[in-house]
Amino acid sequence: MMLRMRIVKRQEPLGMWGSCLVLISALVLAVMLSGLLLWIGGTSPGGGIAALFQGAFGSRWALEDSVVKAIPIFLCSLGVAVAFRLKVWNIGAEGQFALGAVGATWVALSFPEWPKPLLIPAMIVMAMAGGGLWGFIPALLRQKLRTNEIIVTLMLNYIAILVLDYLVYGAWKDPASFGFPMTRAFSDQAVVGKIGSTNINWGLLHCVVLGAGVWAFFRFTRLGFDLKASGDNVKAAKYAGMPYDYLVMLVMIMSGALAGWAGFLEASATVNRLQPSIMVGYGYTAIVVAWLARLNPLSIGIGSILLAGLRVGVENLQLDLQVPAAFGGILEGLILLTVLAGGLFTHYRIEQRKNP
Amino acid sequence: MKVLKALVVMLVLGMAMAAYGADKPVKVGFVYVSPIGDAGWSYAHDLGRQAVAEMDGVTTSYVEAVAEGPDSERVILNMARKGYDLIFATSFGYMDPMLKVAKQFPKTSFMHCSGFKKADNMGNYFGRMYQARYLSGIVAGAMTKTNTLGYVAAFPIPEVIRGINAFTLGAQSVNPDVTVRVVWTKTWYDPATEKEAAKSLLDVGADVIAQHQDSPGPQEAAQEKGVYSIGYNSDMASFAPKAHLTAPVWNWAPYYAKVVDSVRKDNFKAESVWPGLADGIVDLAPFGPMVPEELQAKVNGVKADIAEGKKKVFAGPIKDQKGTLKLADNTAATDNELLGMTWFVEGVVGTTE
Repeated sequence: MMLRMRIVKRQEPLGMWGSCLVLISALVLAVMLSGLLLWIGGTSPGGGIAALFQGAFGSRWALEDSVVKAIPIFLCSLGVAVAFRLKVWNIGAEGQFALGAVGATWVALSFPEWPKPLLIPAMIVMAMAGGGLWGFIPALLRQKLRTNEIIVTLMLNYIAILVLDYLVYGAWKDPASFGFPMTRAFSDQAVVGKIGSTNINWGLLHCVVLGAGVWAFFRFTRLGFDLKASGDNVKAAKYAGMPYDYLVMLVMIMSGALAGWAGFLEASATVNRLQPSIMVGYGYTAIVVAWLARLNPLSIGIGSILLAGLRVGVENLQLDLQVPAAFGGILEGLILLTVLAGGLFTHYRIEQRKNP
Repeated sequence: MKVLKALVVMLVLGMAMAAYGADKPVKVGFVYVSPIGDAGWSYAHDLGRQAVAEMDGVTTSYVEAVAEGPDSERVILNMARKGYDLIFATSFGYMDPMLKVAKQFPKTSFMHCSGFKKADNMGNYFGRMYQARYLSGIVAGAMTKTNTLGYVAAFPIPEVIRGINAFTLGAQSVNPDVTVRVVWTKTWYDPATEKEAAKSLLDVGADVIAQHQDSPGPQEAAQEKGVYSIGYNSDMASFAPKAHLTAPVWNWAPYYAKVVDSVRKDNFKAESVWPGLADGIVDLAPFGPMVPEELQAKVNGVKADIAEGKKKVFAGPIKDQKGTLKLADNTAATDNELLGMTWFVEGVVGTTE
């Protein structure tokens, strides 16, 4: 007798609980595989996984650290998810983040004496303008010249980082920094403060409001409905008279503006100035998170904290057990792989082939 | 009864231990910017850490590949929270984050490598690598046939610019016609990018490749092309035995041991130190067999002169790329001028932006 399997398409996609179960199994599998790797590397797998979670979520500090790191990832991810909804592939969150930081910094350095209630909103507006511009350019090129937005947004990332470098190494360089590339520290009015006695900045509130806003936009507005419909079927949407080209422009600008907002928060709240090391690849992490979360704002929030926690926890793993830093990357890769592979079960199931 | 006995034994043992080791146990943490990897900057620091770990009552740990922004603040903060007594942060970008943490943990000792800010419990240290760079420049200048030297460099910051200038001055001291072509990679550690940058220099005729990078990528590129190379950080000869002439190298162990000892004895001072060849914190790796003995002797002579203070690397007249006199005859650059150096000397091809 042979055990033969075949893959069958489900009549109905898996419901919410089923999806949750698949997701959790995928995560458990990823953690088990990482435990195996730790064991091969000569570390106790149990102790290693414990140190990882301890460092990520195991104490108030750890939790705060993870949330702080999740903030920019969340906003960038929310941004790319808006574009992905329309099946417009914005890979440019990294560059939009950079230009957002540049825009905010320009305001912070030019008007350091403005009162906080004026300065912070002005910084946000310029950050959104900077990021939005970097989303608008590829949208315009796509429309007028039929260029591929994946390539254009990706290449614009490098240009944005060079713009940032140019300013920080040149016009904006702090004269008191011995020639090192960083701007002056922002004035107190330009810094988004921390919530109470925690280490978490008010950016968390920005995330909640923006996340809810994006969710409500897709759920309740006509424009949001048009976007979803056009994303599901471009031809049908065009036939129904939806302004597809205009929608592409809109999502790219929104997408860029959100990543730009993240750049503002990172410069203002966590670094308190602009410097090249502000760029640590959140724009790319955001794409991973958006996919893991299937573009849902709430899931993006959870995914951001999970991935941020992973990165924070790996530091603890290094410090306590001296596991190499590369382990973090491996773990992230495993999670992405198992979760995406698990996605198969939402639409398909495996059944035993019956003998004829 | 048994319990009492055990208690007494423990008490006696404890007192004996306290009397024996007057030095308190010390936990030392290191923060590295790149993976420890092969023979690079963090590798050199980690050799220092390993030496310190051998000391009595000293335990060490480290976190590698820590980005120079908010990430580094969190890593340093967590070390302080976990009760590390002394923390070494080994990249320039860790300066402000470390300062923030130092203010929150006044009882912890902090040492920052390559910066300029201090606090009551935070000192900084660096080595005069430019002295060893000058020596490696002499070797490169004497060995080149095309009179074009290639220099793969990370970021246009004073530390790197100073090194390029010293290298160039060393090369010019034996070969006035030499030019040094610089390529910026904008990364400390990226083996593939470093190697590509070296190849681009080889394509424009460079026949000695020097580097301010943390991987041996440029060394491999030189060996593949059959030309010479100058390593950096640690002896990189094993990665390119046919190409590797020598390398300016770091030797952190003695200095780290000294600082750890001061913490152990409770007399840590937040100082700013910048030792050089004389203290052995920087040195030159052994010469490759292709370096003629005459040249080796010459370099060793200059090395002795620098160590004894008879010769200064940055002594006028020195002109910048435009030909403007930056250092007048018979004057030497001050430490502040060296620390804030943002211009290239004449003979360097490249920009500092």
